[in-house]
Amino acid sequence: MLYLNIIVAGLLTGAVYGLMALGLSVIFGVIRVVNFAHGEMMVLAMYAAFMLNRKTGLDPLVASPLVTAALFLLGYALQRGLINRYIARPDHEQFLLLLAVATIITASLLMGFGPDARNVQLDYAYDSYEIGGVLLDKVRVLAALGAIGGVAALWAFFRFARTGKAIRACADNQVGAQVVGLDVKRLYAITFGLGAACVGAAGCLLLLLIDVQPYIATDYTLLAFIIVILGGLGSMPGALLGGALVGVTEALSGFVVDPSLKSAFSFALLILVLLVRPQGLLGRA
Amino acid sequence: MSVPPLLEVRGLSKRFRGLQAVDSVSFAVPKGGIVALIGPNGAGKTTTFNLIAGVFAPDSGSVVLDGAEITGRRPDQACRAGIGRTFQVVKPFGALTVLENVMVGAFKATADSTAARHAALEILERLGLGDKAGIVANSLTLPERKKLETARALATQPKILLLDEVMAGLRPTEIDAMVRTFAALSREMGLAILLTEHVMRAVMALSHHIVVLHHGQKICEGTPEQVSRDPRVLECYLGSAPTAATGSG
Amino acid sequence: MRSARFPILPRRVAAALALFIAAMVALPFFVDSYIVSVLVVVLFAAYFGQAWNIVTGFAGQLSLGHALYVGLGAYASAALFVRYGVPPWLGMFAGMALAALAGSVIAALSFRFRVGGVYFALLTIAFAEFTRILFDHFDWVGATSGLFLPVSNRASIDLLRLRGSPVMFYYCLLALTLGALALSRHLLDRRIGYYWQAIREDQEAAQALGIDVFRYKVAAMALSAAMTSVGGTFLAFYDNNLYPDTVFAVGRSIEIITAPIIGGLGTLFGPILGAFVLTALGEAMTSLTGSFAVSGLKQWSYGVALLLIVALQPAGLWPWLRARLGLGAVRR
Repeated sequence: MLYLNIIVAGLLTGAVYGLMALGLSVIFGVIRVVNFAHGEMMVLAMYAAFMLNRKTGLDPLVASPLVTAALFLLGYALQRGLINRYIARPDHEQFLLLLAVATIITASLLMGFGPDARNVQLDYAYDSYEIGGVLLDKVRVLAALGAIGGVAALWAFFRFARTGKAIRACADNQVGAQVVGLDVKRLYAITFGLGAACVGAAGCLLLLLIDVQPYIATDYTLLAFIIVILGGLGSMPGALLGGALVGVTEALSGFVVDPSLKSAFSFALLILVLLVRPQGLLGRA
Repeated sequence: MSVPPLLEVRGLSKRFRGLQAVDSVSFAVPKGGIVALIGPNGAGKTTTFNLIAGVFAPDSGSVVLDGAEITGRRPDQACRAGIGRTFQVVKPFGALTVLENVMVGAFKATADSTAARHAALEILERLGLGDKAGIVANSLTLPERKKLETARALATQPKILLLDEVMAGLRPTEIDAMVRTFAALSREMGLAILLTEHVMRAVMALSHHIVVLHHGQKICEGTPEQVSRDPRVLECYLGSAPTAATGSG
Repeated sequence: MRSARFPILPRRVAAALALFIAAMVALPFFVDSYIVSVLVVVLFAAYFGQAWNIVTGFAGQLSLGHALYVGLGAYASAALFVRYGVPPWLGMFAGMALAALAGSVIAALSFRFRVGGVYFALLTIAFAEFTRILFDHFDWVGATSGLFLPVSNRASIDLLRLRGSPVMFYYCLLALTLGALALSRHLLDRRIGYYWQAIREDQEAAQALGIDVFRYKVAAMALSAAMTSVGGTFLAFYDNNLYPDTVFAVGRSIEIITAPIIGGLGTLFGPILGAFVLTALGEAMTSLTGSFAVSGLKQWSYGVALLLIVALQPAGLWPWLRARLGLGAVRR
């Protein structure tokens, strides 16, 4: 039963990871840019939610639409203004560009907030539900619900909205999309904005669960990559599956083995997947 | 023929997910001979090339070069066995100079930098690129890049040179110049050449023997005169008879 | 135009280089120990940068996990010294062997499974991180509590055990850096250097010219790793303390690559130039703000520098400088 609790907790956290990774998957799947500043953008969002909570007492959950919108605009501007010129450039130049952006974001946060960990005080932090004998933390449940909501919204957007469908067309065939008259630059910017929005939302939700400090950013960038590669680049269900897997692995390994080894398992998993099945579990071969 | 051919391709086949790209193709290139592989788009010419050069392994069939079986070998192994090839879309080492590009090829024959440099310079002179030796490859024009591609492959001292649509994109005067260069190379170095081409002007002027592919199969082979009159060939080229005077089909 | 002793270096560059070396050798006699310690930082950056430049700049394989080799070199030699009194000049070889093995395995696995480009970069990070966590639990070398070398007496110079003042390390690192420069130059002029660059420019074309791409890529990685680990050994003996979370950190890997990128990836002098520029920038930032948020501002300035270079001059500062000085004859 204890194991079940842990696994469920892992799944719930995994949902948030999935939302975060989804942003990365969308960006790479459509624009083919490897966003090495992914974790940094999320940490930025976390600090934003933290500040809102500090100044206005707003629960991160409630603040998330605001933060998400802000991150969307940031992502849009970043892509339109800077990254767009690098799409045709070699991989490592793109990567270095985003690395520079990541460094600047982390350093700015460090300068602004200092290195200490910050968190939000929630009055329901210790509440829990009990369903069928399994104990669920309220915060985790809320975070997971928020994550699933975010994923569902994104899915609906790509499935039904005209812009969403246009973006999918772009991803499938960029030249064809241009021929048909789609404004690829704008669509790319929207896509990056959506990716940033995902981490914006994920960040708010994650703040319910963990403390934030500038240095966790790189870990989450790597985590996002692990999940996306595990689940399959460009695959939405893959991102969720990957998130769930990583969440559960983390939770279990944290309990069964030393908690500090949990990342080791994630990295070992990444190495294995990259070597054996680089297209991921649900990616196309 | 009592002398065994330099390159012998037998029953070569390759399927790509439901498309039989190459279907039991067989032909030979004699020592010092020039053979052209022609056919409409999608006929399987480049795939055949890639099978010989080791880019993919054939599903069945064999490739024998100078008596040695090289079927399914990697491209670098094929090169070391004596295959030199150019690419349809030229692939220069952009950041390196023309001389350095060719030296990379020359290093296959020697490990010594000075020897490689001399060999490279010699080949560049022969192909008329001598004065561009110090120029960075990215700055070259298309015809120059094609020549560089050829020079680089030649530097590996191949037994046979595979030219993949090397005339594409060139003007008629440039084409004639290339034809003269290759004919001279073949004569003077005893180099065998296998080329795929759409530019009939070049094919007719250069080749001793032509192999015609269509839908992955060999439908005809013979001398340029024979092939240009063969009804099957005329048919697959939509009824227009290729002659030495007309441009590409 | 080509100087007799350095066939590919034009006379002007050779002269400038000689001047630079002479200046560097004489410098400690004219400046105070703070400057010397800053220069030690520069030389570490230059050396690591040159080692990394071999696999990423010459051979074109982006490695973002080079901290792994720093750590292996550092821990191997430090542990052998602390536990068995093995002098670092011997322990260095253990580090090199370990690092070369690790690098070869990572490269071989990756390239055998056709993992390249960004995925390969991620793989290198994963291996480094995995090792970091492993060492966090490796009690023989102190785990998270760290490994400490006996504090050295800065006044005396013990070259055998690398115990001494920053000046001693300065000359050691200067020799290392110049050695790495000479090695890079040598390799670039030989077949292996040409083959590496060919692989970097166009792997398929390289293969068609008879190059066994796999072998050369693994060789580049192994050499780069071994060289990096030697720097790690000196780092261990200079800092006198090692923690897995700093030695193997992703941040260190990123630190290693910043100088050569700013200076000019794939060039001969890029890493050294980049090291000077970056350290000067860092020092300027430090003095600008005093003790206020020092670490954040320095990192911020590095990020901006990187951004500017990637945006405006992706080939790095050395090619630009070289063109300005009219040294265009040499392409490196």
